[in-house]
Amino acid sequence: MGMLSKSPWVIHYDGSSCNGCDIEVLAALMPRFDVERFGVVNTGNPKHADILLLTGSINEQNKPVVLNIYEQMPNPKVVLAVGICATSGGIFRECYNVLGGADKVLPVDVYVPGCAVRPEAIIDAVVKGVGILEQKRAAMLAAQKA
Amino acid sequence: MSWITGLAFVFFAPFVGGLIAGFDRKITARLQGRIGPPILQPFYDVGKLLQKDNLVVRRSQHLYTEFFFVLTIFTGALFFAGGDLLLVIFSLAMAGVFFALGGYKASSPYSFIGAQREVLQMVSYEPAVLLAAVGMYMVTGSFKVSVIAAYPKPLVMLLPGIFFAFFFILPVKFRKSPFDLSTSHHAHQEIVKGITTEISGKTLALVEIAHWYEYVFVLGMGYLFFASNIWLGLVMTFVIFELLLVVDNSTARVRWQAMMASSWIVALVAGGLNILYLMLRH
Ligand code: SF4
Repeated sequence: MGMLSKSPWVIHYDGSSCNGCDIEVLAALMPRFDVERFGVVNTGNPKHADILLLTGSINEQNKPVVLNIYEQMPNPKVVLAVGICATSGGIFRECYNVLGGADKVLPVDVYVPGCAVRPEAIIDAVVKGVGILEQKRAAMLAAQKA
Repeated sequence: MSWITGLAFVFFAPFVGGLIAGFDRKITARLQGRIGPPILQPFYDVGKLLQKDNLVVRRSQHLYTEFFFVLTIFTGALFFAGGDLLLVIFSLAMAGVFFALGGYKASSPYSFIGAQREVLQMVSYEPAVLLAAVGMYMVTGSFKVSVIAAYPKPLVMLLPGIFFAFFFILPVKFRKSPFDLSTSHHAHQEIVKGITTEISGKTLALVEIAHWYEYVFVLGMGYLFFASNIWLGLVMTFVIFELLLVVDNSTARVRWQAMMASSWIVALVAGGLNILYLMLRH
């Protein structure tokens, strides 16, 4: 295992949602689940982040915000769509302003179902995410050599 | 003390400082009822940062950060080589200025505010650090760290007020609560990430390593107050650090006005009275 998987820094953005998943993400940082055990840090700065953790669906208003955050993150980076809202739009899917899940605007790497997601599932997703992070790093190195 | 200890600082301080930082995070987590990351976590973080892309806002920003890095090492090396305490303090200030300049240069409102606060923090801790140098000079008759460290009695016996003022500004220097204004390790109590907002990848790794050097240097200065006996010194340095973590976890951030006012008042009253006592002693 490389260093990438030992220190995943997460930036969390909550789109159009009921805030349920939002709260579950924070619950994962609390003493009971304590994701810092695995080196996960919840950062507010996209330039320090490795993982973009999206909860909630994408609408016309937050689309540029999400894109902006994603573009400010240094490579390699992964995107997690957490909660059914972020994966497909969920109960907000039919709303006139909602575009759908996160994959409408970003390349999503890990989909996490659940309404709301359990903190265990979020931790699982981050672990999956760091695996992909390592793959992307390897791909980056290969591309540099070529 | 000689150039050998200075050189030892250059090579070993990052390891010691990184361990201190890891210890810090572990203890902090335990104080909050969490398990916390492994002790080696800061090394993992820096290792990861070295593997990340470096997003450049302005090239000159990196130059400033590199200057900050080099000057921080220089400060610590000079101190551990037993050099002139005044020179050490001024090169510390220089390092801080370059760090702040890097923040200003990024021309982002967040790092701008962080840089302003970094300057305010420097202004806050400078008086106490200078008074510490003056007090040590008045007792030992020399500004040379090697002479001060060789003083037969623990300096803290003669400099209790100055030691208190020095302890008071430690959270400022370590960027810890209640004075973690310019940047903070605790997410969501920060204007994005303060002065390091626009710093990413390898440059951020450089900043982290510079902070490790800083940790060792500042704790070294704390050690100086107890330097007459090496074991007493080491134990007390450890106690100082523990107390610092307890303060960090039991206080909330204050406004910059409160930081400046309190650190200046403590430095001038406690430190000033201490100096007065030293003058009247003879
Ligand atoms: S998935 Fe459910 S709990 Fe989560 S934000 Fe959407 S509606 Fe709320």
